[in-house]
Amino acid sequence: MRILDLTEFNYRAISRQRMRSTMLLIAIAIGVLAINLLTGIGEGGKQFVLGEFDVLGKNVLIVIPGKKETTGGMPPLTGETTRDLTLGDAEAILRLPNVSAVAPLIPGEVEISAGALSRNALTFGTSAAFFSIRQLSVAQGRALPQTAMDDARPVCVIGSKLRRELFGNGRVLGQWLRAGDRRFRVIGVIQDRGQSMGFDMSDAIVIPVASAQTLFNTEGLFRIFVEVRALETMDTSRQRIIDLLRERHDGEEDVTLITQDSLLSAFTDILDTMTLAVAGIAGISMLVAGILIMNVTLISVSQRTREIGLLKALGTPARTVRLIFLSEAALIALVGGLAGLAISELALLGAHWVYPSVPFATPNWARAGSLLIAIATALLFAALPAQKAAKMAPVDALLDKKAGQG
Amino acid sequence: MIELQQLCRNFQVGDQSVHALDHLDLVIDQGEYLSVMGPSGSGKSTLLNMLGLLDRPTSGEYLFNGRATSTLTEEQSATLRREHIGFVFQSYHLVPRLTARENIELPMVLASVPGKKRKQAVDEILTRLDLTDRAEHVPNQLSGGQRQRVAIGRAILMRPQLLLADEPTGNLDSKSGQEVIRLLEELNGEGITLLVVTHDEAMGSRASRRLHMVDGKIARDWETGNR
Ligand SMILES: Nc1ncnc2c1ncn2[C@@H]1O[C@H](COP(=O)(O)OP(=O)(O)OP(=O)(O)O)[C@@H](O)[C@H]1O
Ligand SMILES: [Mg+2]
Repeated sequence: MRILDLTEFNYRAISRQRMRSTMLLIAIAIGVLAINLLTGIGEGGKQFVLGEFDVLGKNVLIVIPGKKETTGGMPPLTGETTRDLTLGDAEAILRLPNVSAVAPLIPGEVEISAGALSRNALTFGTSAAFFSIRQLSVAQGRALPQTAMDDARPVCVIGSKLRRELFGNGRVLGQWLRAGDRRFRVIGVIQDRGQSMGFDMSDAIVIPVASAQTLFNTEGLFRIFVEVRALETMDTSRQRIIDLLRERHDGEEDVTLITQDSLLSAFTDILDTMTLAVAGIAGISMLVAGILIMNVTLISVSQRTREIGLLKALGTPARTVRLIFLSEAALIALVGGLAGLAISELALLGAHWVYPSVPFATPNWARAGSLLIAIATALLFAALPAQKAAKMAPVDALLDKKAGQG
Repeated sequence: MIELQQLCRNFQVGDQSVHALDHLDLVIDQGEYLSVMGPSGSGKSTLLNMLGLLDRPTSGEYLFNGRATSTLTEEQSATLRREHIGFVFQSYHLVPRLTARENIELPMVLASVPGKKRKQAVDEILTRLDLTDRAEHVPNQLSGGQRQRVAIGRAILMRPQLLLADEPTGNLDSKSGQEVIRLLEELNGEGITLLVVTHDEAMGSRASRRLHMVDGKIARDWETGNR
């Protein structure tokens, strides 16, 4: 049978069984959708994380208070503090050889007001080095001044969105704003760079770390970013920082140091888990679709027994009869798969629209793979019913009592 | 063209063996017109299925065009059916979702004949069977006589040597039945070997050679002198 004739023959048969075919289409579409959506999201997340760490730089270490005993897992990003990291610790690290810059960080959220306008904004208490380490630049004015870390100057650098909302298009440099119960003079506006580690810097305000300490009434640092001079000294610097902090913390090792490499491997673990989840969901939905295909094809073969008898009487060999039922299942799988793929692409487009900084996209191997899996599933599960049709004795099939006369 | 040698076909029903065909000997020449009659259960349909290579004998041999068929593979006998044998059934056996044209075209579609050649052949048959204005109707929209004409069109599309009809007028009123039988005889006049199973004496007596079956045996086999 020629492929076009076969397809038309299949199409006619499929469209006669609208209800059943639709059910199958949906089952297969869901399977393909699940595969593509999950890999698309996973891949987007991976690219996003990779991009963020590119910005952070390979020669940056992050010191986090608290120690997680388990090795390999995620570092304690939430910071379950045992002993505070202090400004003194940060200054001591800066004095180590090979350390080129140190930026302490105290984040918080506080109400910001200028004139009659007010709103909540993310507040980062840090130092001048923060800008270079996080690769932030100023669009206007300047960054925080290079002063001692304990210098609580009342100055701030604000994000562009905050600037717009508090000052409109008016003059901003030299203006005063109120953050919580303190006043700060605006000395700069941050250049837009979209999201940075999940924070929208355009909506943030950056103040000296000592000011943040009084504003939030806290001594402890949330993070210390450490930039080492050369990548080769990363490991020794890391050890030196650990030793230094142990000494300063009465001989107790109560900090965690993370590097780009260690974070990436942690994310790789998460992505691997996600891949397993994708495989699991794909497997289950395809199994469900497969069983549906088998049942639907069995019903179809049984209902079309007289047609099969006729095909045989007309001189159709068993292999062509088998082909007819196999290609019918494959055709449904292909159409359902394409539908699932289309829906997934639309959904990812929507997700990208909501989170523009995350590059959601299903890799081509997943697109092709999901379609292949769908078709392979269809062929696998239709094989038994198709074989049943192929094996039918022509006379018995022609005389089948179940079906009506045609 | 056809030769049956001591052909038997037994069916096992429970622990009983039914001899549907019982040591049958039969020779049929190209172009003959045979009618097969006999009581119900005498083995007429079984004989016809055997001749059409739809069924296999329990014992004995069937020679088709001098070739033994007992050793044919499934695929080889399918090819013989496709190229040389046409069937007409009492219940038409049309595919309900296909139009008259598509039903007639089906054997060529299955045999991968190119579309242009197919259309030409089907058009010829539609004209000949006076079905041109019914070509796009599905079986449900056709009368019994029209359906049987479509079925005959399909049976002769591949220009078979042998046309086997099992009670082709069984479901038709006498006028449609007359038309159908005249059509079959016309085809026989063009050289097709025709074998018709019937319960209608008037129809049976029109054939040039008649078989009367009883209990799986050919009880009588005679020439009528019709031509
Ligand atoms: N598949 C089968 N299984 C068991 N017995 C069968 C089968 N097919 C036919 N038979 C038996 O074989 C015998 C001949 O059947 P066949 O159908 O050839 O009769 P027939 O002459 O065509 O009868 P009718 O005029 O009623 O069509 C009958 O006894 C029938 O019961
Ligand atoms: Mg019969």
